[in-house]
Amino acid sequence: MQFDVNHPVLYLLAGIVVLVVLAQSVAFLLRAWKRGKEIGMPMDKLRRIVISTAVFTLAPATAIVISVISLSKKLGIPLPWMRLSVVGAITYETPAAANALSAMGLEWAEITSLSATQYVTVAAVMTMGIMVGIWLVPVVGKKLIGGMISLEKRDRKWGEIFSASLFLGMISAFLGYVFSDFSSVFHGDTSGLIPPLVMLVSAAMMGVCALALKKLNWRWMNDYALPISLIVGMASAIPITAWLS
Amino acid sequence: MKKERSYIDSVHHAGRIWNLSVMVILLLFPVAVSLIFNAGIDWRGFAFGMLATAPMYWAVGIIETFTYVPMLGAGGSYLAFVTGNITNLKAPAALNALEQVNADIKTEEGEIVSTIAIAVSSIVTTLIIVLGVLLITPLTPVLNSPALAPAFDQILPALFGGLGVVYIARNWKIAIAPVLLMLVLFTSIPALGGLVSIMVPVGVLFSLAVSRILYRKGLL
Repeated sequence: MQFDVNHPVLYLLAGIVVLVVLAQSVAFLLRAWKRGKEIGMPMDKLRRIVISTAVFTLAPATAIVISVISLSKKLGIPLPWMRLSVVGAITYETPAAANALSAMGLEWAEITSLSATQYVTVAAVMTMGIMVGIWLVPVVGKKLIGGMISLEKRDRKWGEIFSASLFLGMISAFLGYVFSDFSSVFHGDTSGLIPPLVMLVSAAMMGVCALALKKLNWRWMNDYALPISLIVGMASAIPITAWLS
Repeated sequence: MKKERSYIDSVHHAGRIWNLSVMVILLLFPVAVSLIFNAGIDWRGFAFGMLATAPMYWAVGIIETFTYVPMLGAGGSYLAFVTGNITNLKAPAALNALEQVNADIKTEEGEIVSTIAIAVSSIVTTLIIVLGVLLITPLTPVLNSPALAPAFDQILPALFGGLGVVYIARNWKIAIAPVLLMLVLFTSIPALGGLVSIMVPVGVLFSLAVSRILYRKGLL
């Protein structure tokens, strides 16, 4: 069979993988939904989580589609489609593919077509290079979660502080990341101000949403504050970039 | 008589089966392509490609597992580590849902909320990617347009601005130390911008250590 990075068989294989992962998401959703009903969680609450999460996901998911388009220029559509639907992220997939190609004496920037052997090698490196989380969670997940629950039972207040500290540790790393190009401002390059300004706009929008919730009693705002601040922040990046670049 | 599993035990049981099955299916993709197109793997390219890729990403995978599992709960973790995009999508989705209904991840309600949020986020992402693949020809010029590029380049600052202000306002005493540390580190060492996955556990461990000290001193 003549190989092509967009061969229909590759679509079929990638489609099977994507279907299995979709089935896992549906199975977990149904299991959690059923349990929520059993323990008496209000249906309205569960529905609100579904709708607000779906709305929130739209913008980041569109960014993932852009990553698929970007990778498809070199690797065809099926492999990036599968990789970015399962496990992957653009920050991993491109270097992994470039490393595999480089090991075969090829340059990522200069690739115009791939042989079947090169494709299989790239797919194998992309797959095995980021497999740790999939098998490690089944190995250590139960112990980690059990440890968290017993911590809560021993000292409830410290358990709450522990959870907040975990979340804030992650958030603080990303707030720092937003300032990683900030020092360029001292060398006359104002583009380093773009991410902090976008972050400020998004944070301010969240503040406006909180005010609308409190002062105007717009309860629906509680469900859509994050998607709104995300979209307004992203939209603000367009004029801010035009101004500072 | 067969002992009935608790909800959380049934999640772990199903999660183990699903994750290990998906792992096998993922590994079968290159094998199937190799067999169908009668093309072997380039073992030298594979070995050196793995050598350049695996040490960094396996280390990140191990660190992420220990960092995110306590944040996302059982069901959310099994799903998030299969469907990917944890930092830029699944973790914020779970955090936002927990905040929205004021649930704690260590309770059964929190576990359910996180699982539903990550499952919905995964399903919507998968469907949007399918739509993007089907409409790739008309969508490419729109999504790749220079006018929209700055918006998609700044998705992380826009995401963590909104999410950060909520958590920091609510827990400002816990937030001060890790936020200051990360601001100092990232502004003084710009190269850390490419290592944010590694810096997340650093932030988490520092935050936990400072919180423990403050708690013991009765300041929290």
